[in-house]
Amino acid sequence: MFLKKVALVSALAVMAGTSSFACEISARVSIVGNEFPAIQTVGAGAQECSGAEVTTNLTKDHQSLNVPGMQGNPAEYTSAIVANSSIVALMNEDVIRPLDDLVAKHGQDLQSSQLIKVGGKVMAVAFMANAQHLMYRSDVLDQIGVEPPKTYEDMLAAAKMIRDQGIMENPIGGAYAAGWNLAQEFNNMFLGFGGSHFKAGSAEPNINSEAGINALGMMKSLSEYMNPDFLTHDSNATNAEYRAGNIALLNMWGSRAASQTTAEGVTEAVKNGHAIAGPMTVGGGSTPASTLWWDGWTVAKNVSDAEAEATFVALTNAIRPAKMEDEAVRTQAVWLIDGYTPTDAAVGVFEAAKMATTPYPMLPYMGLMHSALGNELSDFMQGKESAEQALADVEAAYIAAAKEKGFLQ
Amino acid sequence: MRHSTFFWFFLPTAAAMLLFIAFPILSVVMQSIYAPHSAVLIEVETCTPLVGCTMETTVDQEATAALRASEPLGRFVGLDIFFDRGHLAVSEVAGMWRDTATWSGFVEGLSNLPFYRAMAFTLTFTFVVTPAVIIFGLLIALAVNSLHAWLKGVVIFFSLLPFVVTPLIGALVLFWMIDSRGILGTALQWLVSDPDLSLKASTGLMWISLIVYGIWHAAPFAFVIFYAGLQTLPMDQIEAAEIDGATRLQRIRYVVIPHLMPLVTFVALIQLMDNFRVFEPIVGFNAAAHATSISWFIFNDLGGETRQLSSASASSVLTIIGVSILLLPVLVRTWNDFKGKT
Repeated sequence: MFLKKVALVSALAVMAGTSSFACEISARVSIVGNEFPAIQTVGAGAQECSGAEVTTNLTKDHQSLNVPGMQGNPAEYTSAIVANSSIVALMNEDVIRPLDDLVAKHGQDLQSSQLIKVGGKVMAVAFMANAQHLMYRSDVLDQIGVEPPKTYEDMLAAAKMIRDQGIMENPIGGAYAAGWNLAQEFNNMFLGFGGSHFKAGSAEPNINSEAGINALGMMKSLSEYMNPDFLTHDSNATNAEYRAGNIALLNMWGSRAASQTTAEGVTEAVKNGHAIAGPMTVGGGSTPASTLWWDGWTVAKNVSDAEAEATFVALTNAIRPAKMEDEAVRTQAVWLIDGYTPTDAAVGVFEAAKMATTPYPMLPYMGLMHSALGNELSDFMQGKESAEQALADVEAAYIAAAKEKGFLQ
Repeated sequence: MRHSTFFWFFLPTAAAMLLFIAFPILSVVMQSIYAPHSAVLIEVETCTPLVGCTMETTVDQEATAALRASEPLGRFVGLDIFFDRGHLAVSEVAGMWRDTATWSGFVEGLSNLPFYRAMAFTLTFTFVVTPAVIIFGLLIALAVNSLHAWLKGVVIFFSLLPFVVTPLIGALVLFWMIDSRGILGTALQWLVSDPDLSLKASTGLMWISLIVYGIWHAAPFAFVIFYAGLQTLPMDQIEAAEIDGATRLQRIRYVVIPHLMPLVTFVALIQLMDNFRVFEPIVGFNAAAHATSISWFIFNDLGGETRQLSSASASSVLTIIGVSILLLPVLVRTWNDFKGKT
């Protein structure tokens, strides 16, 4: 009992110490979002507020929960933490509200660049940026005597040298798991080759093109230097390979850069050799073969104005500039918050922004294209069909889905 | 039984069946013949961090809200979704029938369509796993039944374990074991001395792994049913057969199996249904690149960033139809037996 009291008192003292300004809310706040460290921090920040209950549901499966959880009236979730891909589903279903009035009232600490505006209305408040970029083992590259690759062609050449010199059998890693991950790697490469997913101004697919074929060709070449199980490797499995010292070169999410060497079971060689750089280009292009992302929070439409206000206040509190004083928080992400000074782990994402990386398309029908890519490209990666056939299959699958959802006639 | 007694006796069951079986099926059928309204798209200025403002397409919410209010069910599409490429792919199949000269070309074309590819795996899985489960279940039951009494409890407990383990967890355990760095994967590489052998990269080996998993998981179910059946064996018949000089094999063939036949039908029914809806191992094994099923389609349609409810509903209706077709022979047989008895 005594111990409990001590713990409670010290917890309160810590909370009082960290929250320099009091956050008072008067209505329920309920947040659904992804589970990576930066979002955990935001969730915990919202829970510092007192006066009403703040609940969070931070899970990998947030995407299948947020739309149904916000469609009811009143909505179960008063806020969903989203990225540029997942906000589209919420806007398509019209379940989030414009935030202009709340920004005017409570958003003094927000930077204007944090506001996601669609048609002049603020629909979300971004707090971090993300991109996939190169991570590599500097010790291995030193051993073969090459610079960190700037292009995918360089990456292939380096991989060949590493294999030929017997350092590693499969030196390249990649989140090529059939489904979302594989589709995302295609998007990167396709944009790097200068492709665009849709015919200008329409929902007609446009991937069965030279850029598409080149993108698949490069992915196939890379996969020859990957663990043979690559079609089942998502980001987590790829990072496990990296941490175990089995791979030396990979295109990986910036949001995972900081935890790359801190997880359990990382070998000393990986700890000392780990390095990051900007995203690579491909095929002589100047646009990086990567996409730029933001993560931010939204407020549900089908909740009372009091709940919306409480949600806005709590989440603004969670991303207040004072948070950036904490070194541990700062390394978790590339924050878009005022007062953030980049850490070493942020180099890759900043480089991606500087190189004018294409943002992930925020189009109503992009989700369907992403699903079609994820389902139809694995045949090509296994060598079962040609690139042309695979891309034709993607377009056919996409068209069937887009017709169902009313994007195509 | 008087009709009114029967009526009151049956009413709660009928109400529950209506509520939990008939209405959901009706709802799924409705959702499969209605699709979302045509999207009203507009170009608006979109501003995002690090990029600035660009013109992007988005859904016109006011116009869409008006459409939704006027026709809340959505757009009537009839059987269009059943016939589209994601399902029966009627026009694609017709086109291939016209354009391909050889049977092998036609089959290859079919295997490129998601539905037919999924059916190829699902039916292979169903028709290999179901009989294998029955045979293994029977063998285990016979073996356990002939054990010494004090050993039986322990053996039954351990034989039941695969069925007790949650399917997804069981699949995940096996998935990590067959990884090229897992115990079974490495053992296999060593056995055939091929360091590049990967169970997860080969469609054939993945199918075998899934089928082995299916048998491993369901055999205890058949075992426990058959074991219960064995406790009711007519001992006088067995003894009579023994006196007549029947061997153990002959006793099993002519006395035990006929006695267990109704249970075999029962296990076959349940297994056909379960195996046709194969799902957990595909997810657990991360096997979508090699093997899919209609149940996996539903999961995939609902799990994407843009949910496809109509497509998922159409897949559900196709599952119901598929299960009905599979069960038809068994059901007809049961009905005939029933009529023969009355």
